[in-house]
Parts: sequence; structure tokens; C-alpha cells
Amino acid sequence: MTTTVTAKPGAKSAEPARSSDRSVAENRLGLKLVAPAVILMLIVTAWPMLQALYLSLFRYRLTTPDERDFVGLGNYVTALSDSLFWQDLWNTVVIMVVSVAVELVIGFAFAMVMHRIIFARGVIRTSILIPYGIITVVSAFAWQFAFSLNNGFVNSWFSWLPGISEDLNWFGAHWPAMFAIIVSEIWKTTPFMALLLLAGLSQVSEDMLEAAKVDGATWWQRLWKVILPNMRAAIMVAVLFRALDAFRIFDNIYVMTKGAEGTESSSFLTYRQVIEQFQLGMGSALSVLLFLSVLVLAFGIVKLFKVDLAQARGEG
Amino acid sequence: MAPPSSRAEKVRVRRKQLAVGAVAAMMSTALVACGGGSDSTVLTWYINPDAGGQDAVAEKCSTDEYTIDTQVLPQDASQQRIQLARRLAAGDTGIDLMSLDPPYTAEFANAGYLASIPQDLATKLEEQSFDGATEAATWDGELVAAPFWSNTQVLWYRKSFVDKIGLDMSQPVTWDEVIEAAADNGGTVAVQANKYEGYSVWINALISGAGGNIVEDAEKGVDAEITIDSPAGEEAAQVIEQLAGSNAAPSDLSVSNEGTAGTTFGSDEGAFMVNWTYIFHNYDETAPDVAKDIGYARYPQTVEGEESRPPYGGIGLGVSKYSANVDQAMEAVECLTSPESQGINAELTGNMPASPAGYDYPAIGEAYPADLLELFQESVDSAAPRSVTPYWSDISSGILSTWHSPTGVSGSTPKESATFIQSVLQGDALL
Repeated sequence: MTTTVTAKPGAKSAEPARSSDRSVAENRLGLKLVAPAVILMLIVTAWPMLQALYLSLFRYRLTTPDERDFVGLGNYVTALSDSLFWQDLWNTVVIMVVSVAVELVIGFAFAMVMHRIIFARGVIRTSILIPYGIITVVSAFAWQFAFSLNNGFVNSWFSWLPGISEDLNWFGAHWPAMFAIIVSEIWKTTPFMALLLLAGLSQVSEDMLEAAKVDGATWWQRLWKVILPNMRAAIMVAVLFRALDAFRIFDNIYVMTKGAEGTESSSFLTYRQVIEQFQLGMGSALSVLLFLSVLVLAFGIVKLFKVDLAQARGEG
Repeated sequence: MAPPSSRAEKVRVRRKQLAVGAVAAMMSTALVACGGGSDSTVLTWYINPDAGGQDAVAEKCSTDEYTIDTQVLPQDASQQRIQLARRLAAGDTGIDLMSLDPPYTAEFANAGYLASIPQDLATKLEEQSFDGATEAATWDGELVAAPFWSNTQVLWYRKSFVDKIGLDMSQPVTWDEVIEAAADNGGTVAVQANKYEGYSVWINALISGAGGNIVEDAEKGVDAEITIDSPAGEEAAQVIEQLAGSNAAPSDLSVSNEGTAGTTFGSDEGAFMVNWTYIFHNYDETAPDVAKDIGYARYPQTVEGEESRPPYGGIGLGVSKYSANVDQAMEAVECLTSPESQGINAELTGNMPASPAGYDYPAIGEAYPADLLELFQESVDSAAPRSVTPYWSDISSGILSTWHSPTGVSGSTPKESATFIQSVLQGDALL
């Protein structure tokens, strides 16, 4: 990442003819070299996406292929005017906002620990990263057992808290079930957030921090005025990645509630339409809508942090 | 990239050669196995998980010409449907025979996934099977699956409880009587009311018991008439509302299934339960006291004086249209669904035969009292299969969306569900 090679602008203008000749040849070779990869990518990503776009215009059920009808944008109209769609979108946004916000705070604390730790560095870094190495389905089952009414420990450990009792059925009502899903999500992916933030933290120059210290800045001021502004790009990348990831949440819900008690997310709704109900048309329309939401989300986050992506990549 | 260290490179090349060699060797043995093994055809039978009944009849029905090999599908019936449908939609030739649950038999037949059963075999099957079993396996006037085993529900009660309150169980009872008797005397009525197919089974039985139907003109597909909003639908809603609101409702009513209902019935508050036939031997080892205390009667009436229509369940065997061995598979079906095979399966699994002749298998008579076997047969014969329509899974999910949880069921539920299911079928609402 730090070894990006960029030609100096001055050199280009000094000898335009030679470099352009060479660069044209290089470009051509480059195109030839990437062509197989691009073609492969087109086959495995672009084609299914276009196929989904096409299918979304039909009323098409896998088990009644003869009754396939062209309905234009009908599926989109049905989905967007259905309360279930908006309820699921709302659930998804709640899960995304809460989990990313909590993860950002805890992840930052972990990143600080990993950055500053002097003793047993390897062991501590590794142990912080362990949850991220665990398969999501496994972690979802682990948390489902933890919250379970029959054999979980959460009820008995936390029964001193108001609202939690020995016979609280976490998966029997909307908000407790959402809470359990979000806890599992946070536990699993905070290390990822911490890792991305650690990369940003190590880019903050020690000289600047020392200068601020000499100038008499307190720890709090150094954090807010020096560290955070200087790792804005890393924070954006971390939030962007995690937000997009959280927006597509599926595994935890599938394992813990199967969407019961109104805990369904947008991707779970799409799964049910395509896989369980064989509604290829409606399911495709929903996946296109999901894709568009992710695009809007990504665009929004990039705008919110006002970071130049090229600069974030170190190309500026 | 760093220049390749020559030694490491050599080792890597060696490994690669070894791997290629191993793959080639494996492939050649596989080819030999395929080409040389001309002894007998293998018919692959996708079965639902059971206690070994289907494996036993598969072995019994394997001949010199073909061997029947079983592949186990997921536990959950809806997952079985998904796996089979996706394989068949892709034209998977690896399926010859499959065990089909009644709710999706029509869907598969309508999609053209099932090879048509030869006329003589169909006639034979229709003659040997219970009417309810034939009805559940018939789509568009044709028998599309071979009834293999048939299950039904009866009303199970604790003799001690009934004796204590002096209720006469020799006469047909109504839901109203059962719920009141339990509620007034500290007992429970265990049912299946989680958000799953078992709850649709209960609702369907209640509606049929009041002389109604969930769907009329099922062969019209999405244009079929949803008739759940009827006096019969209201009677059904009333029974559920009554149970959910009474002391007789188990505390886990909204998440209850066959297993939890069995547990409730076996507990101190256990009084009544509707459940499938296999529950009879459920307590033999774990709770012998309960096993001795089980009584049974016909499924309760929804409306007093009107004969009850118990639920129908079971498995029919279908032959895949994409099978390379349809003729042999049909031969196998004939053997697999013979009364003797049905008897062997029933002995091993507790899943009762789909034909009266199957009940003559000696081992069944030893395992169940004669009057219970009579009750099972009477119940299967008068059972109400779930509406045979390719859209049953949509209709069932639509019912569950509006009728779950049972505590929310009221007089307006049938109307709401009819409107909702109609718009789901027309593609105007998301399920």
C-alpha cells in the first residue's frame, strides 16, 4: 500500500513523445494481460446481475415455468408498496446502525490496545482477533444457546438487571430477539473493525503526537485534534466495509430466529422469496433493490466522511 | 515477488506432479468402476429421515436387475421440498425415486417433475389404498404418487384425568367440551400451533370439520377461490380463540409442535392432546406410567354433531421424469408400496400403512391394540387432506402469517387471511 509507484508529472512533460509511445505499448500489453480476468469477472458477476435484472421484470415461479408473465416494473411496485418490505428494511437499518456504532467504539478501544501494548503483543493481538476467525453460523449458534431459555447462561447471570428474569424468552418477542442478533453480530465483527482501525492508527505520525504533547495538549485533545482527523480515511474504510457487511446480515437471523417475531432483514426476505417460495421474478426484483440500497449507502458514507477515495488509497 | 528459491521451487513442482498423478489415478479407477460395473442399475431413492423403515424396504425390494440406494433429505419438510424442487428444476438425473410429502405433491406434478404412473399400477394402487391417501396423491384427475404410508391424528387423553372428571369418551366429543373439561379441572389441551406446517394442519382439520374448505377449485392455480372466509373458517377461529384464551392452553402454545405437545401431555398437567399415530409408543421407555395412562378417541368435532375430519399426513413415492430408469423405478415402486413393505415400514417407524391390507402385517397387531388400529384406519379413511394445489406452500404460509400467534386469532382472522392469501397468489403482496 505504501509502495505505490507514480511517475513524476515533470518527467512526463519533458519527454512526451517517448513516454507516450512506450506507455501506449505498455497499455496494450496491460489490456491483454487483464483481459482473461475481466472476461472471467464478466461471466461470473456481470452476467448473473444482468440475468437478475431481466428476471425481475417477470412474474416467474420455478415450479410453474409455463405461467411466466412479463410484468414490467410490477414486482418493484408490489415490493415498494408492501409494508413487509419497509418493515424488513427498517430492521436492517436498525441492526446496521446499532452494530456499526457500537463496533466503532469498542473496535477503536481494541485498536488502541493493540497499538500501544508493550508486553505479550502477539498473544493479545491474536486473542482479540479470535471471534473474527469463527464461522458466523457457529457464532450465531453459540449466542443462540447463550440466550436460550432452557440452557443459556444469559438469564441466570444477568437476572439482577431490571427486565431480565430467569424465564425471559429472548426469541419470543421483537426487541429482545433483535438485541440477541445484534450482540452476536457485534461480538463476531468487532475484531475486523479493530484491525482496520489499527492500520489507520499506525499511520498517524508519532512526531505530530509528540509536537502536540510539547505544546501542552491533553490526552483528550490529542485524540480529537490529532489522532482522529489523521485517520479519517481509515475510519471511513472501516465504517464503509462494516456498514455494507451489516446491511447484508443473514446468517445470524437464519440461525437465531428464522425471521420470526418480525426480525427479518432485507436479505432474509430476498432469500425467502427466491429459495423457499421459488419466486424468481420477485426475488430478483428484491435483490436488485438490495443492490441499489447498498450502492446508495456506500455513496452516502463516502460523502459523509468527505474523503477523497484516491487520497485514501495513498494515490493523491 | 521474490525470485523463486530453487529448492523450494523443486519441492513445489514435485508436489504438483504427485497431485496430478494422484488425481489421474483416481479418475482412471472411477472410469473403470463406471465402465466395468455392468452388474446392476442403481436406483437412487431420496427419502425423508426415518428410523430405518425405508432403508429396510429398499433392501428388500432390490433385485438382480437393480439395487435401490437411499439418500437422506433434510429433517424439515419444507427443506425437503426446496432440495428436491431445485434439483428437479435443473433436470438432475441422479434422482430416480423420491419420498413426497402431500403438501407439495401437486406442486411437483403440476411442474412436470413426476413421471406418469402406468395405468395398471395406478389402478392397483387406487384399489389398495385408503381413500384419503389416494385423494392426497391425486392431481388433475391422475394418481401422481404411490401412497406409501399414511398418518393421521387422534385425540389422546389421560385415562386418570378423564376418570377423575367423569367425562364419557366413548361418544364423539367436541373441541368445546375438551377445552372446557381441561380448563375447569387444571388440565391442558396440547396442540401444534408454532408458525410451521403443523399449525396449518390443525387449522385445515378444524375448517374441514365444520364442513368448509380452505381452497375451492384448486386446479385453477392462482385463480382458485380462497374460501377460508366462511362460517366454517369462523368456527375454526372460534376454537383457536377459545383455547388460546383459556387455562387449558399450554404456556408454550405459540411455539408448540408435535414434540413439545408430547412433553406437555406427559407432564402433570397433561390431559388431552391431538397428535400423530407414532406418539402412542413415545412414553414406553421414558415414562411408563404415562404409557399405561394413554387413552384414545376420534379427533374432536369442530361443530357438535358434524363428523370430525382428522388431519392427513404421510408419504407418497414419486418417480422423477428425469430418471434414466423410469420403468425399473416403477417396478420398484410397486414392490416398495406393497402391503407387506408398508407393514415392515410401520413396524420399524410407527408410520402406519396407506392401505387396509398393510394393517394385516402381523407385527403391527402385536405393537398396537386392535381398537386403536381400527381407530387409525377409520380416521385415515375420513381424513381431510390439505387442499391439493400447486400453491399450497404459499397458501399455508399465508395462513400462518395471519393466524399466528394463536392468541391473536379472532372472528376477523378468516377474512383477513382470505384477502391476504388472494393478493399473495395474484402477486400483489409479499409473503
